[in-house]
Amino acid sequence: MGTPKTLFEKVWDQHIVAKETADTPAVLYVDLHLIHEVTTPQAFDLLRNKGLPVRRPDLTLATMDHSTPTTPVSNFKDLLVAGEGAAAQVRQMEQNCNDFGIELHGFDSPRRGIVHVIGPELGATQPGKTIVCGDSHTSTHGAFGALAFGIGTTEVGHVLATQCLLQRKPKTLAVEVAGRLGNGVGAKDLILAVIGQIGVDGGTGHVVEYRGTAIGSLSMDARMTVCNMSIEAGARAGMIAPDDTTFDYLQGRPYAPSGSDWDAALARWRKLPTDQEAAFDRTVSLSASDLEPMVTFGTNPGMVVGINDPIPDDHGDPSFRKALEYMRVPTGKPLTGTGVDVVFVGSCTNSRLSDLQQAAEVLRGNKVAEGVRMLVVPGSQQIKQAAEEIGLDKVFIEAGAEWRESGCSMCIGMNGDTVGKGQLSVSTSNRNFEGRQGVGARTVLASPMTAAASAVAGSIADPRPYLDRS
Amino acid sequence: MEPVRRIRSRTVVLPTNDIDTDQIIPARFLTTTSREGLGKHLFNDLRLDADGKPNPQFPLNDPASEGCAVLVGGNNFGCGSSREHAPWALLDYGIRAVISTEIADIFRNNSLKNGLVPVVVDASTHDFLLANPAIEVDIDISRSTLTLPGGKSVKFPIDGFARYCLVEGIDQLGYLQQQMDRIRTFEEQRPWTP
Repeated sequence: MGTPKTLFEKVWDQHIVAKETADTPAVLYVDLHLIHEVTTPQAFDLLRNKGLPVRRPDLTLATMDHSTPTTPVSNFKDLLVAGEGAAAQVRQMEQNCNDFGIELHGFDSPRRGIVHVIGPELGATQPGKTIVCGDSHTSTHGAFGALAFGIGTTEVGHVLATQCLLQRKPKTLAVEVAGRLGNGVGAKDLILAVIGQIGVDGGTGHVVEYRGTAIGSLSMDARMTVCNMSIEAGARAGMIAPDDTTFDYLQGRPYAPSGSDWDAALARWRKLPTDQEAAFDRTVSLSASDLEPMVTFGTNPGMVVGINDPIPDDHGDPSFRKALEYMRVPTGKPLTGTGVDVVFVGSCTNSRLSDLQQAAEVLRGNKVAEGVRMLVVPGSQQIKQAAEEIGLDKVFIEAGAEWRESGCSMCIGMNGDTVGKGQLSVSTSNRNFEGRQGVGARTVLASPMTAAASAVAGSIADPRPYLDRS
Repeated sequence: MEPVRRIRSRTVVLPTNDIDTDQIIPARFLTTTSREGLGKHLFNDLRLDADGKPNPQFPLNDPASEGCAVLVGGNNFGCGSSREHAPWALLDYGIRAVISTEIADIFRNNSLKNGLVPVVVDASTHDFLLANPAIEVDIDISRSTLTLPGGKSVKFPIDGFARYCLVEGIDQLGYLQQQMDRIRTFEEQRPWTP
């Protein structure tokens, strides 16, 4: 045995093409490059201008998710995409993948979906891989023990051309979560609490490893929710050690290894978890057992409180005050009871089957309150189908919610699914930034359970009473 | 890329903390396949009202900001989305350097690739810059210094390689392409393949 290493250090070291020096960054090899229509057109232009091929189209996987419509598929012909710009992006993506020989899960593919949902779903996301995408929520894939992070379009060009990136080695931050989540408290509440504790810049320059009993007991869907929002704490990436939960999830998926390759991969993956004596640059701790459902009250994900806790005072901080003015919420009182206009269940944070099941459990036999619009957008076409097979679509439709095709939808509002000016949205997405869901939209981030409870109540509501029925 | 060696300009100050890339350029302007012309959407929803008229309260609309190439932001500038449209929009508008106490990782990487200089300063220098908008500053990239009026000079951290690329106008893709033999060797010799 050599020097004890963290999970991150093991994956990092296995992908070093050239070590970093004082003068030059490391050359890091990329095992999986995920691409989508919004952050790649300019990178493909660069390749064309320089006459370069895509070096490893076999390690590149494409889909369309950000600017694609989620209206029921029968309406696609009338409303292909929201506006000419989005239409051009979608066409160019098809052209680029065709010209450069990249597999595209496009409009007609039953495997289309949000890029961070389909990578794992197809089994392309695997422990020990380096995974990048021109999208900050690439951190999601760290749930499998991969090193996964978002890059810009210039770097997308670098990876397309060379399959490598120039990187300085980040620091490591351990987030130790003891205990167990209570009933009605989910992975979303856990990660919002972490961000609330360390702040929206608490992870800057670091790769986070989520550890401890609470993390080990999470499902893969829940682990993805946690790692997804690592970037909301500013972290470069978030990772969770692979274990039997990870391996059970992956086995048999179309892009996962099989036969003797599976056995070899498994032997390799079992060596990835952080060694006992390995040291992190920083460690923070919290207890999952103490957590309540969490809701954001401001304009960044770190401005978060327990659902029954009062919104804190601004302490004279003008940025804090400005956020509360935008949100039009008073300090000193909990958010519960605040009127809701829109509820969105979806996004790469919370659009997987178990997220939809949790929302449906709250909704079953209930109605979305009058005047509230609820949109449920599955993360992929496969999730949509799986949800329909167990009748979740009916639960949503009968409750008065809209059941849509897959995509990023109202998380980013690029495809026509937006929240109106001044409207308050309870959203299972990842960003409550000013205008994120639409110009002047006010976003409260919450779990699928809290979102569904708020839809029924017509105001921000604790989901636990809805779960204690029967 | 054009070399970026020195930036001398008055500052424009946006004192808000955690200015995210959605504020820098809202997502609805990302339905483009070009990197050109994004300056007109810079801080769109803060800089312009619903009718597209300039919001007189917004610092970039202050006549004193005319021609300023250095933006001083609150703490944690550029957090959020990985959209490179954010530095593209800033550069197209005429901003060439951003100063804060902390600059988010992806935004900083994207900025350096495009010749937008991220300058991280200590809290007291930052407080001074926030309190004194529209002062002339001198950013010398090769020496990694920010000089304030009166001659006080502070060092700012910048990765040596990124600085070299900025000062010499080197495209980092060219450097990566020079590593192609090593990349091939890595692929051939690694014990497993993805």
